[in-house]
Amino acid sequence: MPALALGFADPVRDSQAAFKALMWAMAQPGDVVPLDTRLAPPAPLTPEMAASALALIDYETPVWLDPALAAAPETADFLRFHTGAPLTGDPAAARFALVADPAALPAFDSFAQGEPDYPDRSTTLILAVERFDAAPLVLEGPGIKGWRGFGAHPLPADFAARLAANRALFPLGLDLILTAPGAVAALPRSVRLQDEG
Amino acid sequence: MNAQTPTPQAESRQAEARQAETRQAKTPAGMPAITYNFAYLDEQTKRMIRRAILKAIAIPGYQVPFASREMPMPYGWGTGGVQVTAAILGPDDVLKVIDQGSDDTTNAVAIRGFFETTAGVATTTRTQDATIIQTRHRIPEGALQAGQVLVYQVPIPEPLRFLEPRETETRKLHGLADYGLMHVKLYEDIARHGHIATTYAYPVEVAGRYVMDPSPIPKFDNPKMDDSPALQLFGAGREKRIYAIPPHTKVVPLDFEDHPFRVQHFAKPCALCGAHGVYLDEVILDDRGGRMFVCSDTDYCNTRQAEGHTGEMSAPAPEAAE
Repeated sequence: MPALALGFADPVRDSQAAFKALMWAMAQPGDVVPLDTRLAPPAPLTPEMAASALALIDYETPVWLDPALAAAPETADFLRFHTGAPLTGDPAAARFALVADPAALPAFDSFAQGEPDYPDRSTTLILAVERFDAAPLVLEGPGIKGWRGFGAHPLPADFAARLAANRALFPLGLDLILTAPGAVAALPRSVRLQDEG
Repeated sequence: MNAQTPTPQAESRQAEARQAETRQAKTPAGMPAITYNFAYLDEQTKRMIRRAILKAIAIPGYQVPFASREMPMPYGWGTGGVQVTAAILGPDDVLKVIDQGSDDTTNAVAIRGFFETTAGVATTTRTQDATIIQTRHRIPEGALQAGQVLVYQVPIPEPLRFLEPRETETRKLHGLADYGLMHVKLYEDIARHGHIATTYAYPVEVAGRYVMDPSPIPKFDNPKMDDSPALQLFGAGREKRIYAIPPHTKVVPLDFEDHPFRVQHFAKPCALCGAHGVYLDEVILDDRGGRMFVCSDTDYCNTRQAEGHTGEMSAPAPEAAE
């Protein structure tokens, strides 16, 4: 049986550092915030995705794994051991969804959208992208002074349309955390796409 | 710890260790010293609060329920703000705590000491040196900067609570963005007093959607919330709610076209530093009606005095010749 990969070396400091990066990413949508981790989680879990998961997930938060992660049982073992989170096969029941293959991101409406009285009860998606790109999307909204360009690769071809539909549900909707090597960014539901022209 | 032949260095180290222990906790003789996790809260509690903070930032102005913990201070003394600060605080942060603008009143001193003891973080009274500013009922006069976090202590987070006591109903009103009640309240102010008589905890609309209680800050401070470069987090411990305003977010006080929102104005400048356009506290000087008005923000006032600004009650400068 292979040895389990280690979690945070210093759980208090490392989870605070990961959370701080996520907090500023969420507060400044589209801004790419550096995140150093010393994790070596089992693939296809990436170090930054693992750090985000360890910082946010525990026994209170059902987690959904995308097919790429679910196909690697070491991933589930790693998350179960280090976080105690229940894994669910139902994306609508998940508080967090980990997506290692963002090109094959399921439809947004398969996840929990929140309730009108409790919009916070929606799924937070944590995606592992390969890199952040030069800016095909122009973002506006709370946390953005003026506008901010944003892009990431890979993402579904209809990603912009999905973001616009997600924004139209506001205050309901999904919040997205995107992780890439050495950095995180976020697209909360409050983010708007600037109209062209 | 039990050095056989105590050298002066060992003794001073021991004294330091003893001091550290008494800082940590007073323990009965023979019991191991109680030590706390960094910033007092356990890691699971911090994760729960951090999740609430992320949702609060994603839905500006919406009150996220959270499982507020018992804190070693009573409700009403800033337990919500303390829990938010404890959840975001890191070892490299520099903390400032103000109570009604002042760094040296009971609540501010106690909370600053709490985090010095449980987290060992650096503290400051200088607004521009702080990375996290926990506040009760004021926003600092000096402009906040990008990267700073302002943590508000909130007694009653629900702006509609005194108009509609049922939580189920206020949730529904927020869900429907039905804020007619609040406008009726402000209108009744005008009908009764001729102007909007709400002077603190003045309701604001955040990012064009949620109406939010800015905590009992004077309405004088409301304009500072709009388009602030700092991240603003609000914690209500007894009411178990966290909410947030991201940086550069539109925050608009509710008003009417014919009765627009106005802030308080003061007839005279600060009596100690001569500042205009700041929020002033009244200080009673004697029992014959003597009084003066001074900056409520002590750091702002001290900084101005150090820069040589004077007011009508300033002591004559002893080194005037310098």
